[in-house]
Amino acid sequence: MNAPAGADRAVDVVIIGGGHCGLAMSHALSQRSVDHVVIERGVVANAWRTERWDSLRLLTPNWMCRLPGQPYDGDDPDGFMSATEVAGFITRYTARTRAPVVTHTTVQRVSAADSGYLVCTDQGDWRCRAVVLASGACSQPAVPRLAEGVPASVAQWTARNYRRPSDLGPGGVLVVGASATGLQLALEIQRSGRQVLLAAGEHVRMPRLYRGRDVQWWLHVTGVLDQRIETMDDAARARRLPSPQLVGSDERTTLDLNAVQQDGVELCGRLAGVRGTQALFSGSLRNVCALADLKMGRMLDAFDTWASEQGVDGEVGAVQRFQPTAVAASPRLGAELGSDVRTIVWATGYRPDFSWLDLPVFDRRGELRHDRGVVDAPGLYVLGLPFLRRRKSSFIHGAEADVDELVAHLMGHLDLIAGGKALCYLGPAAGGCRGEPSTPPPPRGGTPRGFCCNGRPGAAHAAAR
Amino acid sequence: MNGTHSRATVDGFYGLGAEQRHRRSFEFDSDHPEIFAATDNGATPVEYVLVGLAACLSAGIATVAQHRNIQLHSVRATLEAGMDLQGVLGIDAHVRNGFDGVKVHYEIDADATPEQIAALVAQSQKRSAVFDIIANPTDVTVTSSKT
Repeated sequence: MNAPAGADRAVDVVIIGGGHCGLAMSHALSQRSVDHVVIERGVVANAWRTERWDSLRLLTPNWMCRLPGQPYDGDDPDGFMSATEVAGFITRYTARTRAPVVTHTTVQRVSAADSGYLVCTDQGDWRCRAVVLASGACSQPAVPRLAEGVPASVAQWTARNYRRPSDLGPGGVLVVGASATGLQLALEIQRSGRQVLLAAGEHVRMPRLYRGRDVQWWLHVTGVLDQRIETMDDAARARRLPSPQLVGSDERTTLDLNAVQQDGVELCGRLAGVRGTQALFSGSLRNVCALADLKMGRMLDAFDTWASEQGVDGEVGAVQRFQPTAVAASPRLGAELGSDVRTIVWATGYRPDFSWLDLPVFDRRGELRHDRGVVDAPGLYVLGLPFLRRRKSSFIHGAEADVDELVAHLMGHLDLIAGGKALCYLGPAAGGCRGEPSTPPPPRGGTPRGFCCNGRPGAAHAAAR
Repeated sequence: MNGTHSRATVDGFYGLGAEQRHRRSFEFDSDHPEIFAATDNGATPVEYVLVGLAACLSAGIATVAQHRNIQLHSVRATLEAGMDLQGVLGIDAHVRNGFDGVKVHYEIDADATPEQIAALVAQSQKRSAVFDIIANPTDVTVTSSKT
């Protein structure tokens, strides 16, 4: 282990990542007088400053942007923040909470050490009793393996390194993915004069405004955003849901497949394969559109039922229904890479990066093993992943409830260690042992279901870093 | 068998970690119609593909309906698929051999709303093996040996 001068400092808790989740946890620990540090590879809200495209705005209106102890502090509650504005919001929060952030420090390894963890960084090491992973759900673009077969003549971008249409070369552009990101990028690239082909698999369709209110208002008041992961029939599927087709704009326009087609974007099925210079698209486009239309219909039905049960029909606009998604008579099944398509933009989602976590906490697919944020190693926690505990877990305002619950667990862990019990984590070689009993399996069923939205920051609500 | 007439037998499959047997052997005669100078001793191979698709989607509809507590009274599928014979006959290299599209229409009588019925049919497509085989590219390996 390289330990530069000044290494081996000790704190109770190390929080990795100076985004909104890490800072909310820092605030909670400060309130409880727990000695801790927030380690940030760049500056606070780094990803919002360096890893977002220029036109990005949050998918959630400003009034929803709040952190523990800090409500929205601007004068446009119905507006949508740009990435720079989000960075400003988080930076003000850092100053206000006096968070102990160590910037420009990259974590290289986290490993088990006698009674806790050793966090090695490029600026020295930290010993601690607990670690909170708050480096976010969007550390790296999740590009499908078939990208490897794309000919070198085609330029490839991801939603992470794409900034603006003018960076792309001339010629046709294939945008892969029909979440908020895919639709936003498809539309602005099409408007830049390049013909866009949009490959759409399963997606989540939503109007921006419904009955005169923002769709996020509906999701908030009807309790959808507060749904808990343990009430979902299929938690893995709920966590995988792509971000809804939304854009935050002053005009509060709806962004769906009909809207992008009106601007000339050509729609095709999911990118199913690459054979030589041919991109092959699935023939399932009509069905994925039908699925999304039906699902949106069920969501709106549930909103209407709620409104009439609550007696607020008079306070919102009239019931609306939207045109089904238009699908061409014969959507194309292939495109010639290098001629039809000169550039591919992968808008296929993100995944977290825990490659520096040297602990036996991954399942066979390489995903972090945790129960609603309590990682499968005593004193290790994770925040800000999609639907971690609630549907709003990856939203900015979702951090508060998750932090409240996880900090309680964390305090219990610190107490346990202070009491001299459970000092039994022996590290990977010894297999480790569990300091705490695992939580009982969650109950099933019982919450309103049948429709969904999602807080994945495919385009924006809330990527913690 | 003679000419374009062939007979396939299905009796075993591999599943649940072991070789399994069907309750009995099933035989499928396949041939081409007399207008193609064939003997018409069975459905054409491409018709079997449609039979497979309809059977797969219908089984899916029944399964999803049961899961969603929807009582079905009748399910009827009509399938339509066009083929340009210039492809399979090698007349025009730009025409594919297979279907240029497949259309399936379901008439369903069930204790459910039209939206619930549409959702059954959509979910069945999402879970269907044959739909996936037809709608998505599949790598195919065909080998031969002299006997």
